[in-house]
Amino acid sequence: MTEHENKPPGSLCMQVQDLTVVAAESGETIVNAVSFELKAGHIFALVGESGSGKSVTSLAAMRLLPDALKIRAGSVTMDGQDLFALSEANMQAVRGRRVAMIFQNAMTALNPVQTVGRQVAETLKLHTRLRGKALRERVITLFTEVGIPDPGQRFDFFPHQLSGGQQQRVMIAMALACEPDVLIADEPTTALDVTIQEQVLNLIMNLTRSRQLAVLLITHDMGVVKYAADEVAVMYRGELIERATVDDFFHNPQQAYSKRLIDALPDLRHFREAAAQRPLLELDNVKVHFPIRKGLLQRVVDHTRAVDGVSLKIGRGETFALVGESGSGKSTLGRAILNLEDIVGGEVRFEGNAIQNIGRKAMLPYRKKIQVIFQNPFSSMNPRMAVGDIIAEGMISLDLGLSESEREQTITALLERVQLTAGHARRYPHEFSGGQLQRVAIARALAVNPELIICDEPTSALDVSIRAEVLELLGQLQREFGVSYLFITHDLSIVPTLAHQVGVMQHGKLVEQGTAEQILTAPQHPYTRALLASVPRLD
Amino acid sequence: MFAYIVRRLLYAIPILIGVNLLTFTLFFVVNSPDDMAASQLGEKYVTPEAITNWKRKHGYDKPLFINPEAGGVTQLTDTIFFNKSVRLFAFDFGRSESGRDITTDVATRMWPSLAVALPTFLVGIWVNICVALMVVMFHGTRLDRGAVFLFVALMSISYLFYIIGGQFLVAKTWRLVPISGFHTEGQVWKFLILPVLVGVVAGIGAGARWYRTLFLEEANQDYVRTARAKGCSELSILFQHILPNAMIPILTGVVVLIPSLFMGSLLIESFFGIPGLGSYMLDAIKSQDFAIVRTMVFIGSVLYIFGLILTDISYTWADPRVRLS
Amino acid sequence: MKPVILWSDALIYLLVISLAFFFYRLRKDPQIRERWSQVFSSSLGMVTFTVIATYILIALLDSLHFREALENPEGVVGQEVFYDNKVTSVFDVLTGGMGDRFERTYSAPFALQSFEKENLQDAAGNDIRDYPPLRHAGQHLDDPDERGMDIAVKSVTALFWGALLSLLVIGPQWLLTRGSRYPWRASWLVQGIVLCTGVWMVSISRYYHILGTDLGGTDVLFQSLKGIRTGVLLGTLATLIMLPIAITLGVMAGYFKGWVDDVVQYLYTTMSSIPGILLIAASVLLFQVYIDLNPDFFTIGMEKADAKFIALCFILGVTSWATLCRLIRAETLKISQLGYVQAAHAFGVSHTRILARHVLPNVVHIILITFVLDFSALVLAEAVLSYIGVGVDPSMGSWGNMINGARSELSREPTIWWTLTGAFFFMFTLVLAANLFSDQVRDAFDPRVSLPSAVEL
Repeated sequence: MTEHENKPPGSLCMQVQDLTVVAAESGETIVNAVSFELKAGHIFALVGESGSGKSVTSLAAMRLLPDALKIRAGSVTMDGQDLFALSEANMQAVRGRRVAMIFQNAMTALNPVQTVGRQVAETLKLHTRLRGKALRERVITLFTEVGIPDPGQRFDFFPHQLSGGQQQRVMIAMALACEPDVLIADEPTTALDVTIQEQVLNLIMNLTRSRQLAVLLITHDMGVVKYAADEVAVMYRGELIERATVDDFFHNPQQAYSKRLIDALPDLRHFREAAAQRPLLELDNVKVHFPIRKGLLQRVVDHTRAVDGVSLKIGRGETFALVGESGSGKSTLGRAILNLEDIVGGEVRFEGNAIQNIGRKAMLPYRKKIQVIFQNPFSSMNPRMAVGDIIAEGMISLDLGLSESEREQTITALLERVQLTAGHARRYPHEFSGGQLQRVAIARALAVNPELIICDEPTSALDVSIRAEVLELLGQLQREFGVSYLFITHDLSIVPTLAHQVGVMQHGKLVEQGTAEQILTAPQHPYTRALLASVPRLD
Repeated sequence: MFAYIVRRLLYAIPILIGVNLLTFTLFFVVNSPDDMAASQLGEKYVTPEAITNWKRKHGYDKPLFINPEAGGVTQLTDTIFFNKSVRLFAFDFGRSESGRDITTDVATRMWPSLAVALPTFLVGIWVNICVALMVVMFHGTRLDRGAVFLFVALMSISYLFYIIGGQFLVAKTWRLVPISGFHTEGQVWKFLILPVLVGVVAGIGAGARWYRTLFLEEANQDYVRTARAKGCSELSILFQHILPNAMIPILTGVVVLIPSLFMGSLLIESFFGIPGLGSYMLDAIKSQDFAIVRTMVFIGSVLYIFGLILTDISYTWADPRVRLS
Repeated sequence: MKPVILWSDALIYLLVISLAFFFYRLRKDPQIRERWSQVFSSSLGMVTFTVIATYILIALLDSLHFREALENPEGVVGQEVFYDNKVTSVFDVLTGGMGDRFERTYSAPFALQSFEKENLQDAAGNDIRDYPPLRHAGQHLDDPDERGMDIAVKSVTALFWGALLSLLVIGPQWLLTRGSRYPWRASWLVQGIVLCTGVWMVSISRYYHILGTDLGGTDVLFQSLKGIRTGVLLGTLATLIMLPIAITLGVMAGYFKGWVDDVVQYLYTTMSSIPGILLIAASVLLFQVYIDLNPDFFTIGMEKADAKFIALCFILGVTSWATLCRLIRAETLKISQLGYVQAAHAFGVSHTRILARHVLPNVVHIILITFVLDFSALVLAEAVLSYIGVGVDPSMGSWGNMINGARSELSREPTIWWTLTGAFFFMFTLVLAANLFSDQVRDAFDPRVSLPSAVEL
């Protein structure tokens, strides 16, 4: 594969001009007259929130749009050749050969029943004359280049046998197999844990320099942009509203929308003062184990230690942020506090009373005091119930002793408090946006006047600009009602504005805890340091 | 894997006991042996003596569960429940109401059943996959919509019409093959070709429609987009990526039926005069021979459970992601 | 006149009322309304629904039974009124006595003479062997050669009245639905065709047998029409009996998990491991034995046939719940993990309330799709069961019985094709409409669930 010369740095590789994409049936414009250039050795970041049209733009450039969308106008030029003018057969020779693509979720983007080696080899087979042993060796070289350990063995692995990070590396190897000029990376790190995220970004950046790739990096994450990109363009409702080099963009954003996006980045210099120390909730060596059954009689041979001896205290009016990656047991702990999971050891005390594993009836008085907000606002609302009924449900079942008209007044007040209107009570969940629904979820939790709300990743399903608003609302409510939060998150960057105390969880254990300032400025545990290192920062 | 299969086999035992208890309740508790005797003898001959005679002759004169007159273990074994139900577990099927040995009947009759059912099954799957693939290639066009409508229309025709129509056209009007019958020596295929053809054609509507949905489901997966981004042609995406993935639900969906092929098809066998287990069952139903019906229920359940186990095993074989434990 | 309410009549009207109530309740939910409106926005959805509605209407009319009062024989004066032993339905009356015009045996469509030769006497009194004239066909004709012209004239008149009736029926609908976004025209087209053919059939059948007669000399068209009630009732009642079992067990297994789940899984694996057809056949035979041994149980023959029919529905329902139960269990397992059920737990909502408010409403789409899909499967199953001899009573008109009786007729020379054609046409139209409609419903409610049919024969 030396027939293809690297282009000189900075030379033009792909030019997109006035690209316009519409919905085939309704004619609605999805992408409106978007233009940009990709240059060798440069990473061009296209930033926007879900539905802004950034992924559609990249698929349109590859001519891979689903049937429901079609290209109305514009051109994509490479080496003076308009890709839109090519026949489908010629376009197939361009895909994978000159323009390659990697996708967000490597697990589903790889064919589950083919070995990863064969999948990479397929690209080479399509575009080169390599066959047999030479082909295999070439794939192994590629695997080595993208940092897959034991590449000879991994060749015959199926995708599910690799970790998420390795799967994404396979995707990158597949994309780079034929030494393309342009690499389109569609949210390549979103599905990965933060520590892995950084490694994959580093790989892409190194390859960009070493191979003089022109990279189109599509992301919603300003941290990723800051970390990796050379140039950035902001996409909003199908249009490019701002374009600048990364330095200019972060120091001097032109559009209000861009400013909002940048503000979502963490400020690691200001922390919240520690609040009053009267403990409301105390966890003492709490353990939640799930049995593993094996053998003929399905005897319990071992346990998955989802939560393995966690102790912490949350004071009144205080926010405790529980940080950890997926599978660390942080959500299980939240459910255990709510008595939705059996605790096998330790104690949960609320206002001094032990509440672990108490009966359904005995738990009822505490249900008024401990409430919960879930990650996915869409699945946490019954689609068959009107929002007013959803909010009223807790008031009815916990028997707050309100008459129907009092209840209705409360619902109206709550909705207004979370910046919705009384009229929303009669609507159904599917009529709301994610951010609005999360406010309804907050109203639902507040309806029973709780003293502690367990927030299980309440913002991770939301776009960044909305995330800030929801966090702000939670902060206001805390000042107003003196409610405490146990805030479960994988995202250290939201901690400073939010938390008084932070606990870092790994493999079911709390590896470090302390005030937000301690943890974020002087982390002790290596895992905390690794987490912190991968947080993008603005300085 | 081995432990898994052994566990599944052990799990089959309570299910078979359940099946046996259910049939026993149905045949001996809901309907007493007296009722059975009366209806077998016919209205004119019902006298208390005739009933007792009939019951003694067929072994229904014993108590249902416990025989107080016998001693020791025979208290439990010398009962209707033991003789008619428990013995099935040892594949001792006893005699039919007309006095024939059921075990011999089953052993000789399962081969003609298999001779029709197996080719129908294999050719059917092959034809359905081919038809579905052709339709999927034209996805989104008028041809596709027309084909789907045709599939639904084919599904809406009763099986009986396929058989009657096939016999009328192929055997009667065109005189290509005999209408019905079966000989073991000589040109067996002459008798098999029409039943197999009818079976395959009758299955196309539902089968091809189902496979088409499976193919389309796979076509919407992310890895298909990856293959396109690699530069694969549509045809090679269909055969290299979609087909292997769609074969998983197809294979595992049909494997459960394989053991039951021994049971044959009630309708095909009776219309085409094939002396298999299907027509055996039908004759038993028509002559109200409950001994045969009981046996066939038991055999059918055993084969179905066997099919379930085969399905699980076929998953590990077809899908690298699945491991049994 | 004395109304007769058969068990199946009562059940079908109960079903219609509860369905109407169910849909009235659902009306509030905007998501469900949106999905239904998607079903009816397509012409195919409209057409198939109108066809199904026509069948259901006929079935309902055919379920209003009564016995006619007999006129006292001359000279007998008494207070007591005697009733005819024969049970008539409103639908029978509407067909203008199509079912009362018997011949001796087979006759071809529109024939004037019987299909088989008989010994006759000609005008001169000689014994000859010839085709005897039919009793109820072409009596008004002076010359048999006028038949073609006569049919044409009568058809045109009938179609005129049919068109007039269609106008009367469709006109008000047109006024009421102006500006509606649904393709009503498609529905009106079907209504028009149905009304015109209906009027044509009733008026022509007074002079000819449109689809000939069968072995027993009954009008084949009339028999095919009578098969509608059997098919529709079987398709709905059997599902109705199956639903509560499947829903209760499925929801409980998926929600409570643990030993409840183990028991339910055991039950449905056991149930589905038994070859369905054998279980159905055995149960029907056992019921048959019971009826045979208790002959005095029923006063009129129709009640006996009806009891057998209800038993058949019951047996089909009880033996076919496993598939739906498995689907509902899986869906309930999924729903129990969702945030809104978790949130309800966190609010201390009781189990019954969670089941009623959160779980059940969210499995309704599966129930609905199964209901429509099973309908056509059951109509097809009826034919097979009747062929095996464990279907509906031969005295009750059904397509299965017609096919069963007509099976050997194709091999006769000349071929007797009309009985099969009649059964085929009416059965195929209903099943096709139901299958196409169920596709529309499935697309609207859940494009991903691929449901196999519950009744596999």
